[in-house]
Order: sequence, then C-alpha cells, then structure tokens
Amino acid sequence: MVDVTPHGADLIPPAEVGEMELYHPHSWWTKYVFSQDAKVIAIQYSGTALAIGLVALVLSWLMRLQLGFPGTFDFITPEAYYQFMTMHGMIMVIYLLTALFLGGFGNYLIPLMVGARDMVFPYVNMLSYWIYLLAVLVLVASFFAPGGPTGAGWTLYPPQAILSGTPGGTGPGIILMLVSLILFIIGFTMGGLNYVVTVLQGRTRGMTLMRLPLTVWGIFTATVMALLAFPALFVACVMMLFDRAIGSSFFMPAIVEMGEQSPHNGGSPIMFQHLFWFFGHPEVYIVALPAFGIVSDLISTHARKNIFGYRMMVWAIVGIGALSFVVWAHHMYVSGMHPYFGFFFATTTLIIAVPTAIKVYNWVLTLWRGDIHLTIPMLFALAFIVTFVNGGLTGLFLGNVVVDVPLSDTMFVVAHFHMVMGVAPIMVVFGAVYHWYPKMTGRMLNEWMGRFHFWVTFIGAYLIFFPMHYVGLVGVPRRYPELGDTAFIPPSVHTLNEFITVAALTVGFAQLVFLFNLFWSIRHGKEAGDNPWRATTLEWQTAGTPPPHGNFGKELPVVYRWAYDYSVPGAAEDFIAQNDPGPATQGGPA
Amino acid sequence: MAETTLGHVDHTAPRPPGLRGFIADWSSDQRAFKGVSWGKAMMWIFLLSDTFIFGCFLLSYMTARMSTVVPWPNPSEVFALHLFGQNIPLILIAIMTFVLISSSGTMAMAVNFGYRRDRRKTAILMLLTAALGATFVGMQAFEWTKLISEGVRPWENPWGAAQFGSTFFMITGFHGTHVTIGVIFLLIVARKVWRGDYETGERGFFTSRRGQYESVEIMGLYWHFVDLVWVFIFAFFYLW
Repeated sequence: MVDVTPHGADLIPPAEVGEMELYHPHSWWTKYVFSQDAKVIAIQYSGTALAIGLVALVLSWLMRLQLGFPGTFDFITPEAYYQFMTMHGMIMVIYLLTALFLGGFGNYLIPLMVGARDMVFPYVNMLSYWIYLLAVLVLVASFFAPGGPTGAGWTLYPPQAILSGTPGGTGPGIILMLVSLILFIIGFTMGGLNYVVTVLQGRTRGMTLMRLPLTVWGIFTATVMALLAFPALFVACVMMLFDRAIGSSFFMPAIVEMGEQSPHNGGSPIMFQHLFWFFGHPEVYIVALPAFGIVSDLISTHARKNIFGYRMMVWAIVGIGALSFVVWAHHMYVSGMHPYFGFFFATTTLIIAVPTAIKVYNWVLTLWRGDIHLTIPMLFALAFIVTFVNGGLTGLFLGNVVVDVPLSDTMFVVAHFHMVMGVAPIMVVFGAVYHWYPKMTGRMLNEWMGRFHFWVTFIGAYLIFFPMHYVGLVGVPRRYPELGDTAFIPPSVHTLNEFITVAALTVGFAQLVFLFNLFWSIRHGKEAGDNPWRATTLEWQTAGTPPPHGNFGKELPVVYRWAYDYSVPGAAEDFIAQNDPGPATQGGPA
Repeated sequence: MAETTLGHVDHTAPRPPGLRGFIADWSSDQRAFKGVSWGKAMMWIFLLSDTFIFGCFLLSYMTARMSTVVPWPNPSEVFALHLFGQNIPLILIAIMTFVLISSSGTMAMAVNFGYRRDRRKTAILMLLTAALGATFVGMQAFEWTKLISEGVRPWENPWGAAQFGSTFFMITGFHGTHVTIGVIFLLIVARKVWRGDYETGERGFFTSRRGQYESVEIMGLYWHFVDLVWVFIFAFFYLW
C-alpha cells in the first residue's frame, strides 16, 4: 500500500512519438485481403492456422484408426502412417500453434493492449502473413507431390530423413518440407520484429512495461525467443536441403543405402539434433509462454480478482524464456552424448520447474477466494492449469537421465508432450477464442455449444492421454503403425488402443461443433457490447466493437493503472479500466 | 500497491547516467529505448536474430572441421593466387577484406552527410559504398570460379575433407547474398536521397508511405553488420 493515487493527467508524461501515419485502404482488396491492419492480419493468420490445423486433426484420426484397429483400413499403409505422423506433428507445432499464438493473438492483442494504432510497420506485417500463407501452401503441396509428403517424423532426424527408404523419400516431400520451414521462418521474422518493437517502442502514454497485461508479456517473450531460436532451425534446414539436393555431407555420415554405398561421407547426424533442439526446446515455450500469459488474464478477469504476484509472474516468464535456451539436449539423452552433458542438461531442465511452479501457485492463489465465474473461458483456463500440472509432472520423469532412458521413444513420451504442449496450450487457445471472439465480431459465441465443446474436449483429452501413459510404461514404442503379436505387450494394451481411438474420434467431432459455432455465431450470436466480461485492459475500451481501423478514437488512451484492478474496495464497479483516472481522492488501494 | 501509482518521468530533465538511467528508461512508459526510432530498433533486433543465423553457420562449420577424420585443406595454399611468378597466400581475400572495410568507411561518411542534409554527397557516398560492395561480390565470384575450376565442389575437393567445399560455399554464399541485398537497397536509398524524396515527402512505390533521412542510417547499420560478420568469417575460415 502506497500513497494516495494522485489525480490528473499532469503527471502522465507527454507523448514522445507523433501519431503514426496509417495506411487507409481504398478498395475491398486492400481492406480485406491485402490489408495492413493488424486486426485483419490476425484473423487471416488465425483462419489459415485453423484450416491447416483441421488437416492435422484429420491426420490424427487416421493414425488413431490404424493404431486402434490395425489392418482394418487398407489405405493406411505403414508408409502412409509415417507420413500422417510427420505432417501431424509439424503442422500442430509450427503451422498451427506458433502461427496462432504469435501471428493470430499477437497481431490482434498487442496493438490493442499496449494502446497503439497498429503494429509499428504494418506493411512488413502484411508481408509476414503472405509469406506464412506461401509456406503453408508449399507444405500442402507436398501431399500432392510424387511419393507424398516426407515420413521422417516431425524431428526430421538425418540420416534417415533424406534417405530414399524413408516414406516419401524418393519424391520431393522432404525438399518441400524444408523449403516450407525456411519460408515460415522468413515470414515469422517479419512479423516477430513488429511484435517486439511494438511492445518496446510503441506503447501509449502511461503504459509502462510493468503495467502490461501478462498476455502481452507472454507473447512478447515468446517472440523474442522465437527470433533467437528459429535461426538454428533455419540453418539446419538450409544444410539438410544442401545434403539432399546437391549431395553435400553436413549431416550425412558414410552410409550404405539400399545395398549401395551412398556418396555421402563424414557428416554428423548429432549436429542436426543439436541445431534442431536448440530451436525445438525454446519452441515448446514459444507455444507455452503466450498460453501462460493469456491464461493469467482469463483467470484474473473471470475470478474478478487481481492476479497474484504480478511481478513474479513477469519474472517467471522471462526466467523460463532464458532457461529454455540451455536445456535443449535433454531431448538427446539416448543420442550418444558425454554423460556429463546429460548431467548438466538434467539439472537445468529441473531448474525450470521453479519458475513454472511459481506460475502455477500464483494462478491458484489468484483463484483463492476469488469471485469465480464458471464462464467458458474460465472453464478452459481451469482445464489448462490441471493439464499443465499433469504434463509437467511427467516431465520430471523424462528430465532425469536414468528415468528417461527406459521411457525414451515410448508412448509415455507421446502422452507427456501431448498433455503439456498439445492439450494444455490448445485449452488456452479455446479459452482465448471464447474470451476475445466478442471483441473480434461483436457477438458472443453460443453458450451451449461452447459448454458441450468444453466438456467433451476436456474429459475426452484425459480419456485419450491418461491410458497412453500406461501403454507407454508397459513399453509400447511410439511411431509403430501396429504392434502385431509382440509377446511383452499385454492384451489390455490392444483394448486400450481401441478405447483411445474411440475417444479421439469423439473429441475430434466436438471440434467440428466448435468450428460450426465460430461461423454460426457471427450472425446468430448474442450481441456482446463493448465490454461483455467487464475487463480492465485497453482492448475492451475501444471506440467500437469490433475496433475500427486505428483501434482507438481521435485520442489514444492514457493508462493510469495496471491491468488487474478487479474488485477494488470502495470503487463504484468491480473493475477499473486501465485508462480510468479513477477514484482520485478517495485514497486506499486504488 | 505500487503497480497502480502513476509513473512520473520528467522527459525534459536530463536522464540519470549509467545503470540508474537504464532502469529509469525501462520502467518508463511509451519507449524502452529513449530516442531510438521504430525503424532503428527494428533493424537492431533483426541484426541480433541474424547474428544467431551466422553464429549457427559458423559453429556448424567449426564442429565439422574439428570432428573430421580426414585432413582439412590448408587455407593459405587453397586461397593463394599465382601472381608475378610466385604464390601469394590469401592475397585475394586481403584485397576483398580491404574493399569491404573501406566500404564501411564510405557508409559512415554517407550517414554523416545525411544528417547534414547534404543530398549530393550522401548519394555519391552511398553509390561509392554500393560500388565497393559490388566489387566485393565480383571478387567473390572470381574466387568461387577459381575454386570450382580447381575441382572444389560441395560434395568433394582434391585436398581433403568434403565439408571444406560445402561449408565454404554455404557460408560465403550466404554472406555474399547479404552483401548483394545490401547493394540493392543502397542503390534504392541513394536514388531516393538524390531525388530528394525524403524532403518532398514522395511516397514509396510499394509501401505508399513517406520515407525519412533515417533510412540512410538504418541502411548503415545493416552494412556495418555485414562487414563485421565478414571479419568473423575471414578469421574463422581463412586464418584458422
């Protein structure tokens, strides 16, 4: 508790930067297609990501059908299974989650939440989306290439990724995949620079870094990480492309391929793994940190209580971001490393549990004695906390070298990362869509379809992934299209595989309800008004809903307080918007 | 609660020096880097990201070179030129490096004249920079041609480890691409300066936005970075 909040704008410093020059669209094309407005770009990013995500969803059904009922479906050959698996993984991690959190939510929320008219360089921002779309199209093209897409597994480990025996290996599948990734990185860099500079240099008056909503902190930190981690993937892709296309040997050792000595000589497959995971581990947090940030805001808003330990939340986000750059080799315990390396990386990996646990405690303490409204965003936020703790605990098993070695490459690993990196962030995606859809369209999503969607997804996800832990502990390896009559696998595993498949198909169909709801509610949803959740942050205080071009009216908002003034004692309402000068002379904890 | 009080920063007062100033800037509103424009901040952050790309390339090269079990070709022999009846080691690279470092000098002078709004000198110096950059790329093409004619390929070379050719073409090629892109943008910006677009407020062909003289300085940041990277490539590839 500090002194009485003084009143008046005289203490807010004057604007340092003049008004930015907005590009005003003149035609339908420049308004809705080649738009430079971050809000339109955000919706383009989200739409594309959801569309390609739908492909990944169908691929997961096909994989589950094969695992649950092996031999029933003739068209799912082992080769096709590997191709489905590879594309499912790559699409979900990069083209859906990364693009949706940073390109989608980042574009929509950053300018609105920091009080800016738009991103700092709207033209570059527009290019970012179009290059992303190109990357997606190249990826989709590989489905139609001779031999089909690559079946190397989403990690694309050499040497097998570029050998002809790999599914799709004789065709251009792997080349299209690598080109698509390179394009994605170029496009993302253009967008990412915008997000970072907008947060650092484009905030409105009164908006200090420590008044940013945690959503912005999460997306900002993740973007910085992505700008530093994607270069490693870029380099790995370029080098593998050369190995495949012009016969260099960066990653290819001397090897016998199809009974013949391959022309490659002297490359290091382990080097690829280091480069890939130097990107790959930060990538986990590139997806997780925006989720952390968004869920903090959802919980605070829907529990009508200030976030517990805001400063610690910020430092935990930054700390996790920094630590995630020194843990990458915990993905490589079985790859053949010096044992001391394993020791080092196990230690750093377990240290990440500290800031992560701080965040979980803070979410729970925010809920504690809060005025919890079980709205759909809140339900998804709660589901996230539970799921994330779940996935985090199995992470402790896999972070320790001696426990990881027997668990490595089993279904336990699949269950772990689907819990922590699949289900948990996607819960936040859903929560965020239900939360911000009213701002994007002016209408609420249908309540009952939403509740149906939540319960089927939440319970279904556990029905899918809990048994999978057991299947993995029994020793069932991942990436096997069928198990056959292997002696050590008990009959219960086969029964569970059928059960998981049924659950997965059910959850999948619930997502179609969600998609239907997205379209149906544009016309038929309940009118939302400007601030349906009675939230404090700036995006709910815009001049209209959806916010107009330029976001705010003639004057940019001035920020007087942090983003979490909920249920302030003595205030007229149970929230005080960030741009509300507030109960100036009443004193107390304004 | 401290979070709800108003951050009072007097922007007219001189900023406290050292660490205190840093903290004051980062806890203020609007901008974390005071006095740094959006364009400049964006270029700096891009260069940080690009540093990681070159860093990964060079680290991969070092890994390949240190772990190879066959001899690595001797750079002072491979990169020697036969001039005046004798082999002079690294002579071409020495000239290339000199040219590129000189272009940094002309670029710095262009930025200086840009601040003085001396359109003519700025444009001429930028064109000179572009010419030096093009000379560098031309000499690189000559070097590539010579090595290729001697049998160096990305997959083999006559003297030892196959990774010599692949890392050489990849890293110098990626750097050469950076120089080429730099030359193209130098020409574009030089033309705008020459025509006075930044004074008349002429709008860009693609972006429909007015440019600023600051483009010269942002261009300079990029150019100096490309030169700095070359110093590392020079040290790690040719001198090692």
